Amino acid sequence: MKPGSLVQNADLPRYHAEVAYLRSLAAWRPAEYVFWIAPILLYFLFPRQLVLFSQVAIMGLFAISLDLILGYAGVISLGHAAFFGLGGYAAGILAQQGWGEPLSGLAFGGLTAGVLGFATSFLVLRGSDLTRLMVTLGISLMLFELANKMRWLTGGADGLQGVEIWPLFGVWRFDLYGRTAYWYSIVVLFLSFLIIRRIVHSPFGLALRGIRENVRRMPALGTPVGRRLVAVYTIGAIFAGVAGALLTETTQFVSLDVLSFDKSAEALLVVVLGGAGTLYGGIVGAFVLIVAQYLLSGLTPEYWQFWTGIAFIALVFFARGGILGLASRMAAVLRRILGVV
Amino acid sequence: MRIGLSFHATLVAAAISALIASGASAQQPLKIGLIVPMTGPFASTGKQVDAAVKLYVAEHGDVVAGRKIEVLLRDDTGIAPETTKRLAQELITNDHAEIIAGFGLTPLAFAAAPVATEAKTPMIVMAAGTLVIPSKSPYIVRTSFALPQQTAPIAMWAAKHGMKKVYTLVTDYGPGIDAENTFRTVFTASGGTVDSARVPLNNPDYAPFIQRAKDDKPDAVFIFVPSGEGSAVMKQFAERGLAKAGIKLIGTGDVVDDDILDSMGDPALGTITSHFYSAAHPSAENKAFVAAFEKANGGMRPNFMAVGGYDGMALIYKVLVKTGGSADGDKFIAAAKGMSWMSPRGKMTIDPETRDVIQDVYLRKVERVNGHLYNVEFDRVRDVHPDGK
Amino acid sequence: MLTVLFDGIATGALLFMLALGLSVTLGIMNFVNLAHGAFAMLGGYVAVVLLKDWGVPLLWCLPAAFLIPAAVGMVLERTLYSRLYGASPLDQVLFTIGIVFASMAMASYFMGAQHQIIQLPPFLGGQFHVFAGFDVGVYRLFLIGVCGAIALLLHVVLTRTRFGSQLRAAVDNARMARGMGIDVNRLFAITFAVGSGLAGLAGALGIEILDLDPTFPVKFMVYFLIVVAVGGTGTLGGPLAASLVLGICDVAGKYYISEVGAFIIYTVMVVMLIVRPQGLFGRPAVR
Repeated sequence: MKPGSLVQNADLPRYHAEVAYLRSLAAWRPAEYVFWIAPILLYFLFPRQLVLFSQVAIMGLFAISLDLILGYAGVISLGHAAFFGLGGYAAGILAQQGWGEPLSGLAFGGLTAGVLGFATSFLVLRGSDLTRLMVTLGISLMLFELANKMRWLTGGADGLQGVEIWPLFGVWRFDLYGRTAYWYSIVVLFLSFLIIRRIVHSPFGLALRGIRENVRRMPALGTPVGRRLVAVYTIGAIFAGVAGALLTETTQFVSLDVLSFDKSAEALLVVVLGGAGTLYGGIVGAFVLIVAQYLLSGLTPEYWQFWTGIAFIALVFFARGGILGLASRMAAVLRRILGVV
Repeated sequence: MRIGLSFHATLVAAAISALIASGASAQQPLKIGLIVPMTGPFASTGKQVDAAVKLYVAEHGDVVAGRKIEVLLRDDTGIAPETTKRLAQELITNDHAEIIAGFGLTPLAFAAAPVATEAKTPMIVMAAGTLVIPSKSPYIVRTSFALPQQTAPIAMWAAKHGMKKVYTLVTDYGPGIDAENTFRTVFTASGGTVDSARVPLNNPDYAPFIQRAKDDKPDAVFIFVPSGEGSAVMKQFAERGLAKAGIKLIGTGDVVDDDILDSMGDPALGTITSHFYSAAHPSAENKAFVAAFEKANGGMRPNFMAVGGYDGMALIYKVLVKTGGSADGDKFIAAAKGMSWMSPRGKMTIDPETRDVIQDVYLRKVERVNGHLYNVEFDRVRDVHPDGK
Repeated sequence: MLTVLFDGIATGALLFMLALGLSVTLGIMNFVNLAHGAFAMLGGYVAVVLLKDWGVPLLWCLPAAFLIPAAVGMVLERTLYSRLYGASPLDQVLFTIGIVFASMAMASYFMGAQHQIIQLPPFLGGQFHVFAGFDVGVYRLFLIGVCGAIALLLHVVLTRTRFGSQLRAAVDNARMARGMGIDVNRLFAITFAVGSGLAGLAGALGIEILDLDPTFPVKFMVYFLIVVAVGGTGTLGGPLAASLVLGICDVAGKYYISEVGAFIIYTVMVVMLIVRPQGLFGRPAVR
């Protein structure tokens, strides 16, 4: 809204104040700077776990893409892995067919996932929550079955063979120790995060939150709800696809489990564990989950699955804001105790 | 140890140089990474291989060519090739494993192959059976089997015994497709006809497929399924009355896996298969092997996966003796080529060209011996190559 | 061909019993219980343990397969589920997924990951040949009989008893029913228990047909959801029709076009939902 068009001169001070408020929400807080320095520290402190941390970054990006549609727009998806997997296979097949340049692979993965996201977003708009759940679940299952059957394209149950990724910028090979993969994943995560953060702190992002809170009211405010949802669902799909492509490129392999229900559920858990609607929650949740899985890998997978289930239940009853929610509540308590405003 | 050029913090550089120093000095433990599915739908494979590996070490001691052998067992759950690859990577970079072994299914072996190539680490495939696996890395040696090798004999037997039409039913992944193709090639070469269908690897539902097989009215149904799935297939075969309709059940030994054969009951009687190993193989080595295995594992009967594991360790030990304790990739592979010895299964040789197994394949029939079901051998084809010839 | 149709009907009958509980749950309380399959799985494993370890004949296992999941359902409903009736759909989804995972892990740990194979009593095994191309499996016939009988029983309860009419009122308009003095919460507790029990019974009956293993709740989650979404939640007939159609399509698909398999089912579902988001028979729910 430009001053002078719809805003009367008398309203200008309030307008400026509101804009300043919105800008302040988007401002970078000190904690965020610290957060993004951590990957550098990790590289030097734990040089032998780089493969693990790359996976954290990838899952983090996947989770952020889900947070966008779940935490900000309120769309519950049980099938977000459809986009993750599609991006993964797209990048993999591209490399297998001879074009192994990493960055274009990422773009290709993101693009194909985005197209699917756009095409299916119309389904997500219709019907109730149940319908939406089913459509998202159904689409990911369909894609899984398709990939399973189309052996000639995807390698079927054996996985995609012969994925060879060229060195990044022609210089950095994806090596056994995972160094290139680590930096590559971190940088892609960071850049994607910047973009998504910008989106979320824009008027578009505010509209999303409005839709999540009270979808019936939004049209009354002049928001084209349908278009907003289509847009956010597509963007979420794009970044999920990028994450999937990232996984394929760093492991040089892709198989059916990237399209599975378990993958979608894992992303859901990660987002809620870290705290939905915060973006950082996705990364925090991914870190906690994957590192815990690694440290406890001596335990049988049944234990793991069991505690994952209990975690879901506990989160619902006790910690709806996830880790970041708990953290901010504790911070608020601390502030009160210390008497700091 | 493989060392990458690095400009890291002194800490890391120091650690690496310390490693070089220790590596250059006298013999240190040789770590073998054993990656098998110990949980999940293919857990029986992992358990068999692990038990066999432990048995071999117990029988032959844990010192070979002056080096102490340490087996590091890792569970890859069998259903996530990503995990197998990561475990292989970690075993080599973090745990300094000099040999990686195991690999219960084809997709898992495929995923780990590039790691072996990059790290120049010998990779012993003890279980997976698709033909092309050893070609995925110059550092792979297989001690289990190849599907075409197992399928060709039964296809020839079927043709020789007057069967004109066979319906093949295989699981839709590497080994299954190998089996289907080989059977078709060999069987149609003698003038027979083949109809076929494939069952999905995850969540297979055999009923509709067996029904279709029955409606096709073939002389026999040829079946290949992963180790452990045989019971479900056998059940459907009996339920739908195929035997009553005069249709014989033939296949590779995977469908009458020793691990579960006894629990299949009477419906399994009379099934004819071709395979490289039966727990009932009448040789002195095998009798000793089976007895020791059952004793160490609470009566659990060894199956062909166990023998693959047992022979994998035998290969490692024999090669180490030949190389004087070095597990250097190129030296190891060079020494392994052409190696031949008497295993519980019979004679086996590592083919210098393909680094795969050349072995005898037996034709067997399921019979009741001393109250238990066994695959009793009645014929054999000598020195079959991995591709079936 | 007729064999395939018959097999499909048997599968459909089973699916109907499986999904019925979910349909009613959704209808009254608008609660999406994704963990419904876990109760079916429980019933299945109860039957397996009784059959294999305790040697109990199959027919006696069935009541146990009904009662134990019903009891577990009642307990869980009173303690955990009831706290989430007004909660957001996200909470409900998270909670029920949590139950699914926990139950799958327990099943895998205690019972092992393999498909459970049971031996049917001889009088239920085998097929009899009606005419060329049509073989009737004895067990499947038994299944259809049991499911049919239960469906009939339920119909009678719904239409002829007071409980039934109260239930129907609550499904139509829960708020109104409460206003009329009907204890909707108690109604729901009972219905939840019965629905879970039915699922358990179906799970036990389905060991032969549907393959029982720890991934059962996830594998069949989609099927239940399809039945409920397509068949609607207000009637008995809707889910029945949807289950039969689904069962027949599934079996026929696997038989005739096995190259494509499960893909067909999902496509049909997605198309259906695009065209009629409230299902074929459903009425838009009034909360």
